[in-house]
Amino acid sequence: MSGFSQFIMQFINGLNIGSIYALIALGYTMVYGIAKLINFAHGDIIMVGAYVSLICLNAGLPWYLACIISILSCSAFGVIMEKFAYKPLRNASRISLLITAIGISYLLENAFQLIFTANPKPYPSFIALPALKIGAVTISANYYITFIISVVLMVVLTLFIRNTNMGKAMRAVSEDAGAARLMGINVDNTISLTFAIGSALAAVAGILYSNCYSPINPTMGSLPGIKAFIAAGLGGIGSIPGAVLGGFFLGMIEAMVKAYISSQLLDSIVFTVLILMLVLKPAGILGKDVREKV
Amino acid sequence: MLKVENLVVKYGMIEAIKGISFEVRDGEIVTLIGANGAGKTTTMHTISGLIRPASGTIYMDGQDITKVPSHRIVSMGLAQVPERRRVFAQQTVEENLILGAFTRKDTEGIKEDMKKVFERFPRLEERRKQLAGTLSGGEQQMLAMGRALMARPKILLMDEPSMGLSPLLVREIFRIIEDIHKNGTTVLLVEQNARMALAVADRAYVLETGKITLEGTGSELAKSEKVRKAYLGG
Ligand SMILES: Nc1ncnc2c1ncn2[C@@H]1O[C@H](COP(=O)(O)OP(=O)(O)OP(=O)(O)O)[C@@H](O)[C@H]1O
Ligand SMILES: [Mg+2]
Repeated sequence: MSGFSQFIMQFINGLNIGSIYALIALGYTMVYGIAKLINFAHGDIIMVGAYVSLICLNAGLPWYLACIISILSCSAFGVIMEKFAYKPLRNASRISLLITAIGISYLLENAFQLIFTANPKPYPSFIALPALKIGAVTISANYYITFIISVVLMVVLTLFIRNTNMGKAMRAVSEDAGAARLMGINVDNTISLTFAIGSALAAVAGILYSNCYSPINPTMGSLPGIKAFIAAGLGGIGSIPGAVLGGFFLGMIEAMVKAYISSQLLDSIVFTVLILMLVLKPAGILGKDVREKV
Repeated sequence: MLKVENLVVKYGMIEAIKGISFEVRDGEIVTLIGANGAGKTTTMHTISGLIRPASGTIYMDGQDITKVPSHRIVSMGLAQVPERRRVFAQQTVEENLILGAFTRKDTEGIKEDMKKVFERFPRLEERRKQLAGTLSGGEQQMLAMGRALMARPKILLMDEPSMGLSPLLVREIFRIIEDIHKNGTTVLLVEQNARMALAVADRAYVLETGKITLEGTGSELAKSEKVRKAYLGG
């Protein structure tokens, strides 16, 4: 294989894992934008989504039903998590919120270990489409489907936020929740909706991730979760295009480091690059910088 | 009609409002004047449902709204122009106005009201696609007022609309307040600019560290020795 097609292969790897990071980062950034809270348990929703779909598949349900059930249960779970764990802390300090979020994360991981054991479970890849051949490069269906679904979801989300009443309410709440309430916006419902959408995207990420990287285990969401969180910060936490950009950027660095530098040092190199970027541009690539006149 | 009875509001242990009662009758323009920290904004926030009182009752048109959620209060016909304007800086002028009509479903009526707002504030029309955060202070105040009018309120609460504006603009803002009132909106106006507020008000209340210490018609209070000393500079 030529050096060029080698590079293209890595580029496609980057797009693939980048799409997954972007989907997860969207959930982080939306929840942060609206509830001003970093939901560290968000990564574990990926795992919940993966397991729920696996149970459905193993029970013999068709793949689309498995997906729908997984997405709906993650959405419901996100809303319940907000209502019971975060809402009572709405006026609490940031550190209490953070501790709660980490607590939920451990709770989920341990509960799933208890039910399903820590042993990895094979995940039957159900994306049964032919691979795409372009010259010397072969792209497996998992890869291009992951990319296409992620991009479609990002476009739909952007249109939703820009054009629907609920989307407008979300933007208003993220800027000034008090003023949004004076407009007659139901802030509690808006926050629930945000958790529902963010968790649904995480479920999709979990399903796609499992299709590409079987087997799955109860801590599978932890590392992609942290990386997507960093991707969201990198793009500018609270910014939707920032999360997408950050996710793809991170995926691309990862693929390139793995191929051309070292796969052993992958995570340490990636994290170093990210820390450097955040030191140089703390507000993120698309960090908000609009001054408000008083 | 808006009626507040024995309202007590606390921030933790601190009692910011210590049992106040007042009312705003239909068609009136009533002002609440008081120094910094007297509790004016706290009162406004409590009426709109942003803060829950420790005790007391708020009635709107005879209905107890003390526990009604803030978004429901807006659809009942009470809107507020908040202190320091609080426009949505990252959204355009037009988007801000549309948010003001959030509780309404009558697309035609909303369009009509948007036109009226632009007639009242031609500067906003010129800047309809501009981000609200890039407007001048006076323009932002006009936007905040226009945004509240988009809810088609029966009662409009305004918290220091003249804050930080040049004398010329202050007069302009007061002229608009009178005009909004003439068009049939009941107004509750909070001001530190007591002279102007008393001049436009039918009735007025003086709020001092969480208590109402004086009340009367606008002209009565403007003549009162105490008000002249404390709020009108002699
Ligand atoms: N969120 C809060 N937490 C604690 N105390 C508060 C809070 N908001 C206001 N207070 C206190 O309540 C009192 C009344 O404040 P409020 O903002 O209602 O006054 P105000 O009359 O609107 O003043 P100004 O003219 O400066 O706007 C003040 O002593 C203030 O320090
Ligand atoms: Mg105030």
